[in-house]
Amino acid sequence: MSASVTSLATRGVPPGAVRVASELTEAPADLAVGRVLPVRAELADLLPLGGLRRGSTISVRGSNSLLLALLATATSSGSWAAVVGLPELGLTAAEEFGVVPQRLAVVPKPGGELVSVVAALLDGMDLVVVGAAGLGRLGRRGNELAKRLSARARHRGAVLIAAGGVWPGTDLELCCTEMHWLGLGDGHGYLAEGKLEIAATGRGAAARSREGTAVLACAAGSNLANPNSATPAATTPTATTPTRDPFKAPVELVG
Amino acid sequence: MTNQRKPGTPASTIEDPQWTESADGAADSPWPSIPANLIPPHLTNATASTRPMRMLVVWCPDWPVIAAAAAAGAPPLAPVAVVLANRILACSATARARGVRRGMRRREAQGCCTDLLVFVADPDRDERSFEPVAAAVEELAPGVEVVRPGLVAVPARGPAGYFGGEEAAAERLVDQVASRTGVECQVGVADGLFAAVLAAHRGVLVPAGGSPAFLAPRPVNELAEFIGQVGLDRTGPNAVGRNNGKGADGRRQVSAGLIAQQIDLVDLLRRLGLRTLGAFAALSENEVASRFGADAVLAHRLAGGVAQRPPDRRSPPPELMITQVLDPPADRVDAVAFAARTAAQRLHELLGSYGLACTRLAIDAETEHGERHSRVWRCAEPLTVHGIADRVRWQLDGWLRTARLRSGVCLLRLWPEEVVDGRSLQLELFAGGGATAADDERAARALLRVQSLLGPEGVFTPLPDGGRGPAERVNAVAWGDERVARFGPELPWPGQLVRPAPSTVPVDPPPARVLDEQGEQVTVTEDDRLTARPVRVVVGGKPRAVLGWAGPWVVDRQPSMAGGALRLARVQVLLAGEETAERKGELALLLRTSGDRWLVEGIYD
Repeated sequence: MSASVTSLATRGVPPGAVRVASELTEAPADLAVGRVLPVRAELADLLPLGGLRRGSTISVRGSNSLLLALLATATSSGSWAAVVGLPELGLTAAEEFGVVPQRLAVVPKPGGELVSVVAALLDGMDLVVVGAAGLGRLGRRGNELAKRLSARARHRGAVLIAAGGVWPGTDLELCCTEMHWLGLGDGHGYLAEGKLEIAATGRGAAARSREGTAVLACAAGSNLANPNSATPAATTPTATTPTRDPFKAPVELVG
Repeated sequence: MTNQRKPGTPASTIEDPQWTESADGAADSPWPSIPANLIPPHLTNATASTRPMRMLVVWCPDWPVIAAAAAAGAPPLAPVAVVLANRILACSATARARGVRRGMRRREAQGCCTDLLVFVADPDRDERSFEPVAAAVEELAPGVEVVRPGLVAVPARGPAGYFGGEEAAAERLVDQVASRTGVECQVGVADGLFAAVLAAHRGVLVPAGGSPAFLAPRPVNELAEFIGQVGLDRTGPNAVGRNNGKGADGRRQVSAGLIAQQIDLVDLLRRLGLRTLGAFAALSENEVASRFGADAVLAHRLAGGVAQRPPDRRSPPPELMITQVLDPPADRVDAVAFAARTAAQRLHELLGSYGLACTRLAIDAETEHGERHSRVWRCAEPLTVHGIADRVRWQLDGWLRTARLRSGVCLLRLWPEEVVDGRSLQLELFAGGGATAADDERAARALLRVQSLLGPEGVFTPLPDGGRGPAERVNAVAWGDERVARFGPELPWPGQLVRPAPSTVPVDPPPARVLDEQGEQVTVTEDDRLTARPVRVVVGGKPRAVLGWAGPWVVDRQPSMAGGALRLARVQVLLAGEETAERKGELALLLRTSGDRWLVEGIYD
């Protein structure tokens, strides 16, 4: 299922050919104008306009890596991002994915002020990630407040990303359906890259659902590599991890 | 046109030859014997509104010399000179009597006067040692303006009215300065600063309305001299004068270019035959403006004794501290919040009455037991009344909660450490769309708003830092605080995990059990190995099969380090996943153990 999307997105369309309606909206000009925030190349194929459209609400489920990967390119090209109500998000991983830490504001515990905090952040930030679980705690009013926040994002031209839960009226849903890790052997190697199977469904330009695989190897991506640490670019993990005695600790890989 | 214009030859630019000739002739005559008909008509019938404010100027002659001699402890009658760039800038009366002149080369001056004491010019020293003189004048005549070291101007009306006449006021001031500081000074009174300075140089009192007549016979060189010392006020009363007489920072900067321009102007005027201020002032302002530059118009106004600008008074800084006594002492947050709101309201009103707003707020609290805590809040934008109240509340709340204040707060002080003009409270209307600076400002405001909702620690930005575990490698820096790393990520960290870091780091790591084939708990041996190969991992009550594993990465923390001795081991495991409705596939975990307990430190998801 992954191959179909990749091929569709990368296939050269001959000029004048009849195309699917949703493809017609993929105007590259939107990226240049700034109406769409850029994302990593491996995710761009999954998104209707090749990026995060300003004013839209996107729900991301099943993977924090996917969430961080969505933020990375936008923050490194000058946008501000805020993460609200996700105290468990790995910030070291965020940096490794290429999220610029100076422009990532974290509000781990908004508590009862969740809605006001998100509303305030939507005024000033380009990307606001909300832990959807916090909204669920608001009970029956949650749906109504969520819609109001989505409307505010639309009005302010910010991108609202609801993480790990149900959010009413999203423009796009990204769901990590399957995940595989490469690089770990039986007592040797290390987790080197994750392969995510992602399903994208939505409405409007995203009405036709897409599925794709994103290989999120942060060592190979745009990152702030630390030259001293042992971080081999793990493109072919089997080649870089030697076979070892399973009970011997791989101390050579450390430090 | 040459300098040697024959007397009686009308100057081409002057419409009234008789006036020019007579003024030329009158240049040598002593003031005030100028016939009234020689005063330009547009100056004599100047009304009170165009007439500049009457100023009293206290002038200490040769101030750089006095300051240098006092600093060096030189005897009062010794010949002293101050040099700047190898030229004499000022010299004492003794030296002058021996032939030393301003502008001489140092060597030349030492030739005239072999025992000349030479000091290097130091504007800071001049400013510093002049402060007592300014203070002595200020005691009798409030609202002084230090024009430059050695020259203090004060509106004449106040002291003249108080001491019963300008002459009496002048006498009192001379006595006051001499008795307080031991410095001799001269006083001049006239309409306008320029005329008053010239009057002080001659020690005369020019009657009200007599400034044009007093100025008319003076040579135009006086203009260059005055502007060179004081500068032109192109920008209005507020721009230059705010810090006048407040030490080195507030010193008027007279650029060399400006002085050169004025010397050029004076030179030009002299070559045009306008040798006295009166002759220059007789030109109409239109003529001056159309032939010379904008600076010449200001010089022209000076020459005519017309107001250049209103005086900029030095006024003592207003008392901006708010003290709030809490009776009974507040030891609960709600009581403190109430007091904070009242104090904030008072501070805001006080600042508002001066047209100011606060950007750095100092909070100081005292308790019944005499404990005292202070903290300064810095804000990106001027604080509103709510902003002040919030910060006071957060601070007191924080102190009470962390038990730094062990008893009730009985005294609260607030004062602004930094203020800006109140109008800066308005937001910028025309922030460019998409510009990074504007975006940054917008984001900063949003974050401040969140801080106002959640408290200062509620928002942070991560700062990559040195460490081994995923949580240690990031430092949460509260928004607005300085981003300083504790250790530094570039140091070697033996035992640090390789990339990638887990994308989920549980706040309270849930426990896990790592089991071998026999169902025994796996632990880490002394020589950094696992006791057995892990086969199953139980997380949240559900056992899962191990598909792959690696480790352990061991951290041996020395007893000397912060937190005491600790032996930690980390293991990465890849577990077979169970299929849920949405998600299937594997589960990759980072497990941590110290002793025999395993915790899920990170989830790779």
